Order: sequence, then C-alpha cells, then structure tokens
Amino acid sequence: MRKKHSRHEWRSNTLPALVMVGPVTFILAFLVVVPLIFVAVMSFCQTDEYYNVVFKFTTENYAKLISPDYLKIYAQSLVIALITTILCILLGYPFSYIIARTKSKKKRILYMLVIIPFWTNSLIRIYGWRSFLGSSGWLNSILMKLNIISEPLELLYKTGSTVLGMVYCLIPFMILPLYTAIEKLDTSLLEASSDLGAKPYKTFFEVIIPLTSGGIFSGSIMVFIPCLGYFFVSNILGGGNTDMIGNLIERQFKSANNWPLGAALSIILIVVTLLLVKGYQKLGGDMEDLGV
Amino acid sequence: MGYIVEIEGVNKLYGSNHVVKDLNLKVEEGEFLTLLGSSGCGKTTTLRMIAGFEEPTSGSIKVEGENIEEKEPFERNVNTVFQSYALFPHKTIFDNIAYGLKMKKVPKPEIKKRVTEMMKLVQLEGFEKRYPSQLSGGQKQRVAIARALINKPRVLLLDEPLGALDLKLRKQMQLELKRLQKKLNITFIYVTHDQEEALTMSDRIAIMHDGILDQLGTPTEIYEKPATKFVATFIGETNIFDGTVSFVKDNEVQVMVENGIISGLGDDFRFGEYMTVSVRPEKMKYSDTPVDGFSIVGTVKDYVYVGSVIKCIVALPNGNELKLERLAGQSLPKLGSYVYPYWNKEDAVLIHSRENSIFEALDNIMLA
Amino acid sequence: MKRKRKAKVKKFVSILFCVLMYLFLFLPIMVIVSGSFNATHTKPYLSWKGFTFDWYIKLWDNTSLLASFGNTMIIAVVSTIVATIIGTLAAIGMYRYRFKGKGILNGLLYIPVVIPEIVIGIALLTIFSRVNIPRGMLTLILAHVSFCVPFVIFNVRARLSGYDKSIEEASMDLGANRVVTFFEVTLPVLMPGIGGGALLAFTLSIDDVIISYFVNGQTKTYPLKVMESIKSGVAPDVNALSTLILIGTILLVVFTQSGIFKKGKKED
Repeated sequence: MRKKHSRHEWRSNTLPALVMVGPVTFILAFLVVVPLIFVAVMSFCQTDEYYNVVFKFTTENYAKLISPDYLKIYAQSLVIALITTILCILLGYPFSYIIARTKSKKKRILYMLVIIPFWTNSLIRIYGWRSFLGSSGWLNSILMKLNIISEPLELLYKTGSTVLGMVYCLIPFMILPLYTAIEKLDTSLLEASSDLGAKPYKTFFEVIIPLTSGGIFSGSIMVFIPCLGYFFVSNILGGGNTDMIGNLIERQFKSANNWPLGAALSIILIVVTLLLVKGYQKLGGDMEDLGV
Repeated sequence: MGYIVEIEGVNKLYGSNHVVKDLNLKVEEGEFLTLLGSSGCGKTTTLRMIAGFEEPTSGSIKVEGENIEEKEPFERNVNTVFQSYALFPHKTIFDNIAYGLKMKKVPKPEIKKRVTEMMKLVQLEGFEKRYPSQLSGGQKQRVAIARALINKPRVLLLDEPLGALDLKLRKQMQLELKRLQKKLNITFIYVTHDQEEALTMSDRIAIMHDGILDQLGTPTEIYEKPATKFVATFIGETNIFDGTVSFVKDNEVQVMVENGIISGLGDDFRFGEYMTVSVRPEKMKYSDTPVDGFSIVGTVKDYVYVGSVIKCIVALPNGNELKLERLAGQSLPKLGSYVYPYWNKEDAVLIHSRENSIFEALDNIMLA
Repeated sequence: MKRKRKAKVKKFVSILFCVLMYLFLFLPIMVIVSGSFNATHTKPYLSWKGFTFDWYIKLWDNTSLLASFGNTMIIAVVSTIVATIIGTLAAIGMYRYRFKGKGILNGLLYIPVVIPEIVIGIALLTIFSRVNIPRGMLTLILAHVSFCVPFVIFNVRARLSGYDKSIEEASMDLGANRVVTFFEVTLPVLMPGIGGGALLAFTLSIDDVIISYFVNGQTKTYPLKVMESIKSGVAPDVNALSTLILIGTILLVVFTQSGIFKKGKKED
C-alpha cells in the first residue's frame, strides 16, 4: 500500500516537476556551471609554442597576475568602476526621485523616456559619444564655429571619457532599482519626519536614504561589476589609455591567444563578484532585487 | 481662555475642486475639538493645513496668535498622529519616539529619560528595542501618540487615529486618549467620520459638509439643536420634515408639510419660509385623536426591538416613514392602527434652510 | 510668499535637472539619427555636408550589413522563444513543487545575472572549443538563451507572487485536467509576466555585444558588424539602420506594452 502511494506521489509530482524544471537545470548546468568550472581548470593550464592549451598543471598564470603592469590596470579598473558607480548614484538618485515622485500620468512617460535610448545598440551609442566628443566631432565643431576655442579640445582617450561612457551605459541599472525603491516610499513617513521637526536634509538622511538603501546597494552592484568587464567602452572612448580587466581578458582570447592567462584573469573578476555579492547580502540586500 | 488656533477665511482648491470653503474656526486652548464629517468633506485637508503639509489657497491660519503660513511643518509647534501611524519601519520603538527630541538636539540622557517616561505613560514599557513591524495595531497606535506627545506640542492633530482598530480596542483607546488629553492639558484637534466617537470624546465638535463648516458646538448642542438639516441627519437618528411656515405667533411656528401640519418653537421664522423640522425618535409621541397644531396621520407598520428600547415605524400616506422610540414595557399602539404623531413643541428643532440653498439648487440645475 | 517662492525654485531646479539628464541620455541618439541624414562621403563621416536620404537607399545595397541584421533578428527571435518557454515552465515549476536542489537551482539563476558578461563569454568560448561545437548561429543561440532565461524566470515569478493558487484548484474542481488547467487558467493569468520577460529577453539579445563577440565564429551579428566598422569610422548607412531599428523597437514596445497593460488591468 505504502509503496503504491509513494509511486502515485512520484507520478503526480516528480514527473511534472522534472518536465518543468529540467530544461532550465540543463541549460544552467551545461552553459553556465560547467563552462565556469572549465575556466577555473584552464586557469591552471599551460600553452605550447603555438598557443594551444596544454592540460598540464601550473600556477604560472597566477604568478603573472601580480606583475606591476597588471596591478596598475587592476587599480585603474577599480578606480574607474568606483567613480562610475558614485556618479551613477549622484546623478541617478535625484533623477529617479523626481520621476518616482511625479504625480499624474506624466510619470509613465518620463519613465519610458529613460528606457528608450537603451533600445539602440549600446555600441553605436558609445560610438555616438565618440562622434560627439572627437577632435572633429560635434562639440569641437560647434565650439570652434562660435569662436570659443581655436584648437579642437582633446576630449577623448582619457579616464574621463571612459567614465562618461560607462556612466552612460550603466546608469539605467542604477535608475531602475532606485526608482522602484523610491516609489515604495510612503509619503506619510516624510510628512511625519517633517512634523516631528526634521529639516529637509535631516529627513533625507534619517528617513529617505535608510529606506531606499536597498535600491542604492543593488544599483551599485549592478553598475560596479559589469563596469569591470565593459571592454568595448574603454576601447572606443579610452583608446587604449584606460584599459581595464575586461580589456586584458579580451586581449588574451582575441589577439594574444593566451587562454589560460585570460582564464586566470577571469577568476579575478569572479572572485570580486562573489565578494561584492556576499557583501551585498551581508548588508541585507535581497538577491531578487538584482534581477531586473 | 484664549484661542490657540484661529482659522480665518481659509479656502483650499485642488485645481477646480473646492475642498474647503471659507472656513472660520477658532480652537480654544486645552479643548478637545473634533472635526466630524463624511469622507471628502474637507476635514483632513483642514488638519493638514494646520500641520503645514498643505497650503491654504487663501485665508490665514494662526497658532498662538502667530501667522504660520510661512512656516514649514518642521518649524511648527504642532504634531500629528497619522491615520496609518507612519512609524519609521527602520527605527526601533525607542528611536521612533525619540525622533522629535533628537531633531531638537536634546542631550542624550534627557532623551532617554523622557522617552522612558513617555513609554510608561502610554504603557509600552519593555518595547524599546522592538521594531514597528513586531507590534500589534493598538501598540503601534500608542507609539504614534507617544512620538507626537513627547515634543510637548501646543496642539496635537489626530487624523482618524483609531480607524484601523477593531471596535473593542477602539472604545478602549477612546477613553485612554481622553485621559491623556486631560492629564497633559494639550489641545487636541481630532478628525473622524465616526459620530459616536466624536460625541463621546469631544469638548466641541465641528461638523463639516462639502467643505463648509455646518455647525460648531458642544456634543449636546449639536445633538439637541442641530443648525442644519445635514447635522440633524448626520448625528443620531431623527425624523425630518420639509415644509413651509404657515403660521407664526411669537415663537410658535406652524409648518405645512406634505402630509399635514406640524408645530414647534423657533425664532425669526417668517410666513412662507421654506424650512426643515427635525424631531428625535425618543421625543415623538402619538395619540388616537388629533392634537392641537398637528394634523399628520399614519399607520403603525412595524416594531423593531433594540435591547432596552423598541422602535415603532409609522408609515405616512406619501410613503415616508417616521420612527418613534419607546422604552421596553411602555404602552405601544397596535400594529396596523391609525395614529396621530405629535411632540411637545419645545422638542422639535426648527431649521432655517440655508440662505444660499436656492442658489446652490440653481447652480446644480445649471451644471446638470 | 516665501514658502511658495521656495517651492517654485525647487520645482524649477528639478525640471532643469531632468531636462539635462534626458539631454545626456538622448545626446548620442541625436548624433546617430542626424548622422544618418549627413550627405558626407569621406571618412570618418563626421563633418556635416548637408541633408540627404541617400543613406536610407544605399542601406539596401549593403548586403553584409543587412545580413548581420538578419542574423541578429533570427538569433533574437529563436532565443527569445526558447528562453520564454523554458523560463516560464521553470518559474511555474519552482513555484509549485518542492524538490531537492531547488535552493541551488535558484542560486544558479543569479550567476548569469551578476557575473560580468565577459566572463560568461569566454567561459562559453572555451567550452565550445573544447567540445568542438563549431561556433556560429547555434552557439550564439545557446549563449543568448542561457543569459536570457533567468530574466524571463524573474519576470514570471514576480507575477506568480501575487498569484492565487486556488483558481487552479477551482479549475480542476470544475472538471479540467492539469494540462487544460495550465492552458486555460495558469498561462493566461501569467501572460503579462511572460510577455514582459519575453520583451526583456528580446532586447537583451539584440543588444548583446560582449558574449556574442566571443562565441560568434564567422557569423556576424549587427552589433558585431558595428564593432568591426568602428575602427575606420561608422558609415552613415549604419546610422540609418540604427535609426530604423530604434523606430521599430519604439513602435513594438509601445504596442506590446499597452497590450500588456490592458491585460494586467483587467485582472486587477
């Protein structure tokens, strides 16, 4: 009897569960987990003289990671990612706040207007920035026509131009979680704070910021981490002067052809990501907020 | 006793929506004043204007004789208990209550002392370290009150503070609020749509209707001498007769209504004036024969037993129904019999129709 | 009145700030759109030589560009459909059933979301080359499905969180079997979430540069074609195509969004 019962259970629950969850498990296992493990394995491999991967254990790749040239690039990556994140918060917070607090139907339109630019391919938009900032680009042409400058300004290929591109590409990932967090904010709490004698800046730091910190944290994670890997932004706007970890990895796979070294560099990114996500969870961040 | 809050000629418009119309209201120091009315009557907006969350479109509001239009909410010496409590979810109960003192930069030891005292006063000892989400509705309510009272406001504004509580708890909190108000001697301005709550707690009640202050008075005055037809119907049960004055002698007024003639006492009524008569069910009497000054007649249609009293429903020829109330055990007319309802003339409340009512009616017709 | 003036100043400042932000967001778009009407024929196609529609006509002769766009569309459509089906099934399965390893599976969903795309890209490249899958359309579609699925799941799951299980029981009580119930009740209710997820998957797919860059082999997608041409200066016909795509997407999204919204409203 018991056996029959459990078999019925199996048929009524395990089979549909398997059908529904099976495919996604398969995809995640073979297109995410296995490749990542393989990267880890490869990071301990050698290459022969034709740059073919040889499966022989070595820690040489990791030894190369701490060369001064690389260390400089890590530092540069972290600085650029940090500045990008801070700028995204400073620009994105007031912007999201204004949109989220807009009453009436205009709110939806304002929100859509944030998203629309991101339906154009990100590469070509970054190229648009290059056309705008370049020595024969829009900005310089206009400034020279107006006789404000006589020589074109060199605006490209600087840390600033890379940061600009990064902020541009990643700011929606800051705005969207902030918007969600701010929209949830109960107006009566702000009124209560003011009613109890708090000046606007006090209300901001005592009530608004703590209650929307979830949005700030998840936005920061979603800006900082991808920033480390957006090699095309620093390629197009940084012109090789502002290389980041992403550029190093890309080069190992596309031109230098040293895959094991590239794999080892990727492990750095994975570790940084895991540490940041752990930190995010420690701060009480909800993983689900990273989804959208 | 001086006036602590003076509202003079205040109007509030949202776009073309006229929410508060030419409001004049003076609140005495130390009183418990209730703004009573159904939803959308402008009572909450009035409260929010005193608190500073809304600005009057015109008119002035004074607190302690000082104009406060230019003051931000955080500069005003009034505090609010919010309908939804608006407790800070990320702060402990202690920090919630201490918030106002912290903003005033009161030294920490004193904050601790005063919060502890306040928590004792509202019977919340031991909850210091909890968060609002860990409290019941009644407890949250106490925190909200404590958080406002600790600032020793000159006026405490309460926006339907008991609306979310169940009946039993509400009754208990009503008494407690009244006790606190007497003990601390703070002026309370209390907004509610619950007439019973208003009658039990208030020193005075201001009844608002469609943005207009219909009547301001003690609960007894409001109940026994309603100034408008709306007040008469809104507070307690009553029988309403609309008609025109058919005879006036001194203060004795006879009114022609649809079903005959009725009488009452009132000043300043003119022959032919359109007006309303309100009589409470417990003041109604009946007779088998016509009584002097009354000529309406009806059929006893039904009895409703409500505990200690019995309500007798009398149907009039035009289909209107009157309610008579009798204590259980008193004699009652037979079901289906004809009776002549009447009352002692001093028990009827005679109400002038609003002077502008005819213009309002015209407006409505024009708009339609 | 001081208070009113203060409020006015505040309003003015916030409007000004918003205008500047939108200017920032739309500036490169304006550069692209105006570039598509530029009558210049010299690289890098930057100086303004007058207005022309030529590039919209010349676009049709640029077969390799059109082919790359075709590839992008095929990949986006196929991977969106696959990811939507798999993701919807998974979201419902994970919502409804308890099974061993559910927690792990849930954790795995976040990997493609948080790990930098470049890492996913090189990981797929190494594994595809290791097991000798020729890189091209197939690997691109597999890669796109893998990074789109979690987003579909999150969207459907958000819809499920407000889902009343008893309507399924009611359906079965009224005589519908599991399969009929799924198509008659479950699926229609979840439709807004599924639609939103599919839209997101589609946008992610057509915009993807980094992962495609590593797994494409000889197959060029539209973004990769753009990347190729950036070194020498992007020709205005690329701008023209981008402008057309932007208009197309806006129309598509306005259309589907309003549809989704109507559906969502009906149930509320």
